[in-house]
Amino acid sequence: MKDTSSTRMLLTGNHAVAWGARLSRPNFMACYPITPQTPILEKLMDFQMKGELDAEILTPESEHSAMAACVSASMAGVRVFTATSCQGLLLMHEKLHYAAGLRAPIVMFNVNRTVAAPWGFWPDQTDSVSQRDTGWIQLYSESGQESLDTVIQAFKIAERVSTPVLISHDAFYISHALEPVEVPAQATVDQYLPPYEPELFLDTERGESVGNVVSPEMFCQHRKDMGQAMQLAIAATQESDAEWERLVGRGYGVIETYRCDDAELVIVTMGSMCGTVRHAVDEMRASGRPVGLLKVRLFRPLPSAALRDALAGVPDVLVLDRNFSPGTGGVLHQELKSTLFGMPEAPRVHGYLAGVGGVNMSPGKIEELADRVCQAEPSIQSVWAG
Amino acid sequence: MLRSGHAACPGCVLALSLRHILNTLGPETMAVAAPSCAALICGAQPCSSMKIPVYQTTLESSAAAASGLRRALDTKGKQDTTVVVIAGDGGTYDIGFQALSSAVERNEDMIYFCFDNEGYMNTGGQKSSATPLYASTGSTPAGKLSKKKNLTEIMAAHEIPYAATASAAHLADLVRKVEKAKGIRGTRIITVLIPCLPGWGLPDDEAIATARLAVDTGVFPLYEVEEGQRYTLNQTTRTRPVKDYLMTQKRYRHLSAEDRDEIQLMVDRNWTRLAERSATS
Repeated sequence: MKDTSSTRMLLTGNHAVAWGARLSRPNFMACYPITPQTPILEKLMDFQMKGELDAEILTPESEHSAMAACVSASMAGVRVFTATSCQGLLLMHEKLHYAAGLRAPIVMFNVNRTVAAPWGFWPDQTDSVSQRDTGWIQLYSESGQESLDTVIQAFKIAERVSTPVLISHDAFYISHALEPVEVPAQATVDQYLPPYEPELFLDTERGESVGNVVSPEMFCQHRKDMGQAMQLAIAATQESDAEWERLVGRGYGVIETYRCDDAELVIVTMGSMCGTVRHAVDEMRASGRPVGLLKVRLFRPLPSAALRDALAGVPDVLVLDRNFSPGTGGVLHQELKSTLFGMPEAPRVHGYLAGVGGVNMSPGKIEELADRVCQAEPSIQSVWAG
Repeated sequence: MLRSGHAACPGCVLALSLRHILNTLGPETMAVAAPSCAALICGAQPCSSMKIPVYQTTLESSAAAASGLRRALDTKGKQDTTVVVIAGDGGTYDIGFQALSSAVERNEDMIYFCFDNEGYMNTGGQKSSATPLYASTGSTPAGKLSKKKNLTEIMAAHEIPYAATASAAHLADLVRKVEKAKGIRGTRIITVLIPCLPGWGLPDDEAIATARLAVDTGVFPLYEVEEGQRYTLNQTTRTRPVKDYLMTQKRYRHLSAEDRDEIQLMVDRNWTRLAERSATS
């Protein structure tokens, strides 16, 4: 159904994120400025200054300290949000493991930007995909609207499975581009997202401690519990998304298939590239080529069953990775091959490094790649598209 | 407030100091512990040796984590809960220094306790920037060639509401300082000198005597600084030469008479500066 109480605003992707955070009523945030994340921080400060956001906002000397403060605040039992990008996310790396290990349901927004050296300010997802082993749920957004909706959904997911959530959208293509965004009414969000009231938190009445030393057996059990929570996160994401869709009429799934019926080639990608591929798919369909798009929205945990179902019977898959793992290639390419391994009549998976470092990938270029791969055996390694 | 069965080395005065600090702070207290001897004394989760909640963070982040905890408690209306940091000198002078400086600059409402045993003693005894000149450690076997960083003066330069040094050999003074700190809002820091029995090369029953010698010789003067301006030296005189302190510790066994004289001169200079500041403020 359509949400009639929402307000349509012209927002950048980053301001849409700030709106999503504001509507989720976080109690605490800690943020450090970094391009291209800063409009998120500034907008939240603006909301707070005007009395529209009732949250403590800490601005410490580094992203590392920001995440350190987020984790301890979360342990005190309050709702926590933060945002960062590239170098900042990498500086937090140690604390990302810490947050996940302590099962802190923090929601963080990351603006995907090239990782130095050399310096760049361009869209590239290596910063966040390289954090895939830290124990954070990871979602990728294609638009400002989706980013706003996903922030709100992420608190529901994080708090349900006691696991932090990282949402990413691409630098500039999404972060700084203006688009009309439906901003839901506060009452709508309040109905969807009740206040965070955890069972366990640091409390002088109980005197219990957290983060201290454990035995090898306790540590191992702890990791098993984290793994179990990750598996539950797939259903939690699906259900949180479906519930949001029932309220406001917008849902995204854990993956999305676009014009994949009878497709002989499915292009798999994440983030803003999905929009470009959508356009290319429309063009190719118009000229009679049976091509579809599979958008990976939930990257961690990787929704393997959904991916296998969606790609069953598809002869060829083209993965477009806007990231690069030297010595491996495209991360999504490797992940997808691993997920499809052993599947009867698995699709041929062609991996291309497309748009790494912010290099432009036009719909025309994507069409060329699509035509090329259908006539070739896939290479084991990812291939540079540009 | 510190239960028996904790994991301190026999004879360690960190446990003694911690017990007096916790008893003074009372039960409406939460601690953020950096990995350190103090954190190990706290022990395992969820039931630590301390009767208050202890959140152990990573080595470099205790002041940041305490800031987050403080602000979160504020949002819950728990302004009366005292947030303290318990950290070692490595987690304070070295890797945690950036976060500490930032928290002090923001004047976060917390009491930061640095248990200064002048090195990374929990990892087997390596030098930190709190290790004094010429002291031998696992990573400075021939003696450290640079001086100890002056944490209290650096904190004073931040115009921190309250900075003090304290000693396990002067427990009444320690308790008074904890009480005073508890009555002040903003960031407060108390550095407690903890002679490390294995790290400094001391017999198990010599920690208190060594801590007392550090004060009596002026190596570790007891003093307070309020708002970075008002200095109070808590002792009127020095009663012993520095060599009395140096000669009892294995970490200084390799020192020549000239080395000891050089350290005496350094201590004299520091004492004179402190005495002047105390007299004029």
